[in-house]
Formats: sequence, C-alpha cells, structure tokens
Amino acid sequence: MSATLSHRGPARDAVVANALSRRRQRVNFLVEALCLLATFVGLAFLALILATLLYLGFSGLSASVFTTITKPPGSHGGLLNAIIGSLIQTALGTAIGTPIGLLVGTYLSEYARGSLLGEAVRFVSDVLLSAPSILIGLFVYTVMVSPFGGFSGWAGAVALAVIVIPIVVRTTEDMLRLIPVALREAAVALGAPKWKSIVFICYRAALDGIATGVLLAIARIAGETAPLLFTSLGNLNWSLSLTQPMSSLPVTIYQYAGSAFDDWVQLAWVGALLITFGVLALNVLARIVLRPRT
Amino acid sequence: MSEHIVKSYETELNRLRRLMTEMGGLVESQVEMATQAVLNKDAAAAAHAMETDPKVDAMEREAEQFVIRMLALRQPMAQDLRQIVSSLKMTGDLERIGDYAANVAKRSLVLSQFSLNFPFAGLSQMSRLVKENLKTIIDAIGESDADKALQVWRSDAAIDDLYNTIFRELITYMMEDPRTITPCTHLLFIAKNLERIGDHATNIAETIYYAVKGEPLTDARPKSDISAYAVVRPAGE
Amino acid sequence: MSNSITEADAKPNIGTVSTRSTEALNEPRIAIRNLDFYYGANRALKAINLDFPAGQVTGMIGPSGCGKSTLLRVLNRMYDLYPGQRATGEVLMDGENIIAPGIDLNQLRSRIGMVFQKPTPFPMSIYENITFGVKLHERLSKADMDERVEWSLTRAALWAEVKDRLHSSAMGLSGGQQQRLCIARTIAVRPEVILFDEPTSALDPISTLKIEELIDELKREFTIAIVTHNMQQAARCADQVAFFYLGEMVEVAAAADMFTAPKQKRTQEYITGRFG
Repeated sequence: MSATLSHRGPARDAVVANALSRRRQRVNFLVEALCLLATFVGLAFLALILATLLYLGFSGLSASVFTTITKPPGSHGGLLNAIIGSLIQTALGTAIGTPIGLLVGTYLSEYARGSLLGEAVRFVSDVLLSAPSILIGLFVYTVMVSPFGGFSGWAGAVALAVIVIPIVVRTTEDMLRLIPVALREAAVALGAPKWKSIVFICYRAALDGIATGVLLAIARIAGETAPLLFTSLGNLNWSLSLTQPMSSLPVTIYQYAGSAFDDWVQLAWVGALLITFGVLALNVLARIVLRPRT
Repeated sequence: MSEHIVKSYETELNRLRRLMTEMGGLVESQVEMATQAVLNKDAAAAAHAMETDPKVDAMEREAEQFVIRMLALRQPMAQDLRQIVSSLKMTGDLERIGDYAANVAKRSLVLSQFSLNFPFAGLSQMSRLVKENLKTIIDAIGESDADKALQVWRSDAAIDDLYNTIFRELITYMMEDPRTITPCTHLLFIAKNLERIGDHATNIAETIYYAVKGEPLTDARPKSDISAYAVVRPAGE
Repeated sequence: MSNSITEADAKPNIGTVSTRSTEALNEPRIAIRNLDFYYGANRALKAINLDFPAGQVTGMIGPSGCGKSTLLRVLNRMYDLYPGQRATGEVLMDGENIIAPGIDLNQLRSRIGMVFQKPTPFPMSIYENITFGVKLHERLSKADMDERVEWSLTRAALWAEVKDRLHSSAMGLSGGQQQRLCIARTIAVRPEVILFDEPTSALDPISTLKIEELIDELKREFTIAIVTHNMQQAARCADQVAFFYLGEMVEVAAAADMFTAPKQKRTQEYITGRFG
C-alpha cells in the first residue's frame, strides 16, 4: 500500500471499508432486534399484571371499601381500617426515617469524606439498603415487640423507618455530591460557615433529588408486607391506637389473598389496586412538584 | 529566542524583517546614486536616484499596511510588539532618507552646470561616512543587532563635525567670490541633506536598540551640528 | 514631499522611543512574603513575594498548573476547606498574617471576596442571592437591605436588567448576567479586596468586555487580583502583572512594561507565544 502514500497520508481501501461497513450494519441490526425483543417481553409481563390488577381490582371496587372496616367473610366488609393504618404507619415511618437519613447522608457527603468512620457508615447503610425486609421485621420484633409485650403500630412505623433510612441516606449523599464544588466554595467565599452553606445552599440545590428519594422511599414502604407481619401484625378491628396491633393494606392483602373466601380475595385485589394507584399518584406528584425549574 | 508556536506568525515576522531590509537596500542604493551624481557629475545616476523615490514610497505604504494588519490580527506582545511598531517607525525614517537622496540628486543636476575650482574632499568624505552608517544600520535591521545600532549612533558625531567644517568652508568660498553663491548654496543643502540622512540613521539606531533591548537609548544623544550657531565673518571686519 | 526640503525644516522627528512606564503603583494592600504552598507533599508555590497595590488590579498569568489560582486561593484561605493543603510564610494585610492559625476565616472572607471561573448563582432568587452574603455579616432593616441590593446590583452593572424581576430565580439569567450577579453578591458584603479566578473564561466576548469594564470601575473602591489565561485581558485590566511558571513567580512588573519589555526570557517566550 505504500505506493498510494501521498502527502495526505495513507489511502483507504474502499473494498475493505465497504465490507467493514456492511458488517457493522448487520451487527447493528441484530443488537437492535434483541433490544426490541427484550423490551416487548418485559412490557408484555407488565401489561398482563396491570390488566389483571385493573380487571380484578375495579370489579370489586365500591364506596363501601372506603367506608367499612374489614369484616368476616360474606358480610361485605371494606378496607377502611387497613387504609388508615397504612397511611398512619407510612407517614410515621417516613417522619422518623427521613430526618435521620438526611442527617446521615449529609454527614457522609459533607463531613466524612475520606474518613474511615464514613466508609463504615456508608457500607452498613448499603447493606441495610439491600437487606431482606423480613429481616428488618424480625429485628424490630426482637427489640420492640417482645420486650414491650406486644405488637403495635409504633413497632410497624419503626420497621418502616428502618427501611426509609438507607434509601434517604443514599439519595441525600448522592445528590449532595452532585452539587458542584464551585457552589459550596462560592458560599464559603462569602464568609458563610459550613453549616450555613449546607443548609441554605446545598440542601436547596439538592432539594429536587432529595425529595425524589424520599418519595421513592414512601412508595417502597407503602407496599411493604414483611416488616409489618412481626411488628404491627394487622388488626381486623377498628383501632387507631399506636400501642395496639394496627391494620395495614399489604398485610391485609397478604391475609385475604391467601384465604378461601372469594369476597376476601376480591378485596385483596382492590387493596393491591389502591396501593398501586397510591404509588402512581406519588410518582406523578413528584414529577409535577419537582419539575426542573429554569 | 525560540520559534513561535504559530508558524504563520513567525513567517510574517520574518517577512516584515525582509521587507524592511529590502526597503533599506533600495534607499541605500538611492543614496549611493545621489552621492555619485554629485561627486562625479553623473546625470544618469541622478536620474536613477530620483526614479527610485516612488518605489521607496510604495514600499513604505506596503510595510505600513502589513504592520497594521499584523497589529490587528496577531495582537503582538513584548519583543514582537516592539519589532512591529519599530518597523513602522523605521519605514518613516527610510522614506525620509529616500527623499533627501532624491533632493541631493536633483541639486546635482543644477550643480553640474557650474565649474568649480575647489575640491569636494570634505563632501566626499562625509558621503562616505553617511553611506557607511546607512549600510551598517540596514544590516542591523536585518540582524536585529543592537551593537551595530549603537555603533552607528555613536559615529554620527563625526558626520556632524564634517558638516560644520563644510559649512564654514562653503561660506568662505561664497564670501571670496560671490559668483559661487549659487553652486555653494546647493552644495550647502546637499551637505545638510547628507547630515540629515545621518540623523535618520541615528533615529533608526535608537529604534532598533529599543526593539531589541526593550529599553530606550537614554544617554545624551551625540549632537554636534553647531552650524545653527555658526557665525563666519569676512576677514576684513 | 521631497521638494519641500529647506533649511527651515524642523529637526527630523527624533524623540526617544517610549520610556519605561511612569505609571506608579500604589502602596500594597496585601503583601505576600516568602510564601510556600503544599498540596500534600507537592510544593505548588515556591518562595513567593508579591505585593498587591491598593486600589489597583494585579493580574496573574502563566500556563495551567503554574500556581496562579493556588495563590488566589491562599489569599482567602479557600485551601482550608481541604485537608492536606497548607501554606507557610506570610500574607500580610494591615500588618496581620492572614494565613496564621487563629484567624477568623469567615470574617477574613468577608474582607476578601472571590468571584469564580464559572458563574455560581445560588438556587434562589436574585434578591436572595445578594442578601445571603450580607446577612452573614450584618443585620439590616428591610429598607437598608433593599438599598444594599440595589447598590450592589448597580455597581455590578446589572440593576437595569434585573430590577423588575428581583424575586425570580437567578438560574434564569444568562451566563454573563449570572457572573455579574456573582460580582454583585461579592461586593454587597463590602469587601476590601476582590479575587477574580478566570472570571470570563466561560463567557462570550461582549459579556467579557462588560466584566472587564466592571473591574476597571471597581478598582476605585477595591483592591483587585485577577487570574486569567487571556493575556490580552491581563493587558486590558491590570495595572500590575505577575508571571508564574512551575510554582515560581518569574517576574512582576507594571502591565505596560510587562507586555512591551519583560525582563525575563521565560516571560518573553510565554507572552509572545514561543513557549516550549
């Protein structure tokens, strides 16, 4: 090929180039086809689940679901106590877990960079993030339920909070780390002490991300069953007392879906539908509230 | 000094330097012709010296345009800036030298109509010194040589001294024989023009020195043209 | 032209070529004496001695990594944010060594403000961007605060453009406006010295000129230090220019001298573009 060398450099062999180009196109087509196939398989399952849920859920949906509490089979009960119980425990769990998670995340991002303690905390938090939720239920059972003699709403809320914490820690840390160094330095350069630059500048800049993390955590615990089984247990009667066993949607679904009574199974589907829509609403809300501002 | 990172800039700087030496060479030959015309009554040389003048003017304009273009496009700094701005100044000096040479040539034509019975020894020596300085300074332009510039700057005093001598001499001739007044006046102007050429060479020397060293030649400039104060009285008074 | 030569001709135009700059530099506001700076074991600044004349602009130039930005960050002790970075020597301001331990950093930074390379508006309104810094150091009534906001925005040549939307987000401003907001935010604290770290490297040429004009305005009230990669910018803005190379300060001179006749060979090579 040296004969074709000119001041422009080596010339290109058109035949080889064409062959390579065709090969590239074939591979490209193949990869694209595989991606599409995988997408359709995934979507098909999702569509099936949703269709079943909508079909079975809507057919059992009525006003009485929201107005009556759970009743014995055949007596047209509702899910009022489960809905309220879920709302209370989720709210409490979030309220307990979020501030703790926020502070830990802040510590990891702002104060513990490169420190051994920070590494340890981050590791533990990550382990907790992926720990099976039944384990958390058992843990809270051990420390709260057995020593204080009984299942309670408090125990349920604490179990959920334990799930919330690592999620919020992770998102808080990630979001704070995304804030450009220049922004912190700009605040510090004005003479702001570190805590002020974190609270007034960093939190504000990371607000969207942190809030998204909190909403994700809420969505996650709203559907958790396992941690509640050993903590708030579930309650078929009307009770708002946090020291008593407390009903919740996931646990009720768990109990009803496995029962032999058609109307209970039907109610379980309705409950699942409610949770799904609740989570969906949270996501939509997150998107509306946290729209990127210009 | 190492090469410029931008090669085309380096090329332009070299081209400017070449332009200056070219113009210098042209002016140098013009002065050579003019002095020949005077000393040898060479009409052809005179004509040649006068014809060269428009060429020198054209080169001055070219150099000027080139400098303005470089200032606008290259934003020169430090010694580049000094070289470019100095070039602009030196084209002005060279153009003036050309003008003086042309004027000397023109006067040589008038002068050749007279037959004079005294030798031009002083003038001949003065023109030799001026040409020497001119040659040195044009070399200095091409080589950015501050030492050569300094040499020219120092040797201008000799030219001025010669001029003073010629001045007195010519006045004496005129007093002795009023018929020589016309040719002697022309000779006086010729000598003055040569002296001026020497001054411009000194100017260029200062410019080169600044361009190369970055600081001006500040010592008192050798200045010994005292003809402005000279009073020559007839012997009888 | 050649015909007009007569004995009456004035002497040929023989003047001295321009002399050394006569522009005097003021008394130093900050004096750096024998400053060394370390990133861990790496000595990034070596025995620096430099004065920042009061009410004038000191420009710092040099290739990337030469230490000029590091020097700027020593002056407001920004390096204190990062463990492993330390400075030795003296940085004197009013006779006090500001890099000594025990200096109140927040107070120091209120006296020595800084504007960064990229505009860094805080994610809040234009008004709050200004008040954030002011509130750290002063308690002002609403009226006084309004006045301060208007004053600083006016000084930063931004008031006319934002006075009708003070309470909208600062993120909506253009890059050049954001940078001027950052300058306004800095001067609102009423510092004595302002450090500019390549303030226009992210801006278009017109915004750049506006900032440069602003710097020229501001130097009447503030002592200014500016790091820039743009030599023409240093030439336009600075009264005094220092050239840094490999952590050393090679040369410092009045800007007019620096860019016409630098003394050091390395300086000459750098500013004429002959480096390496």
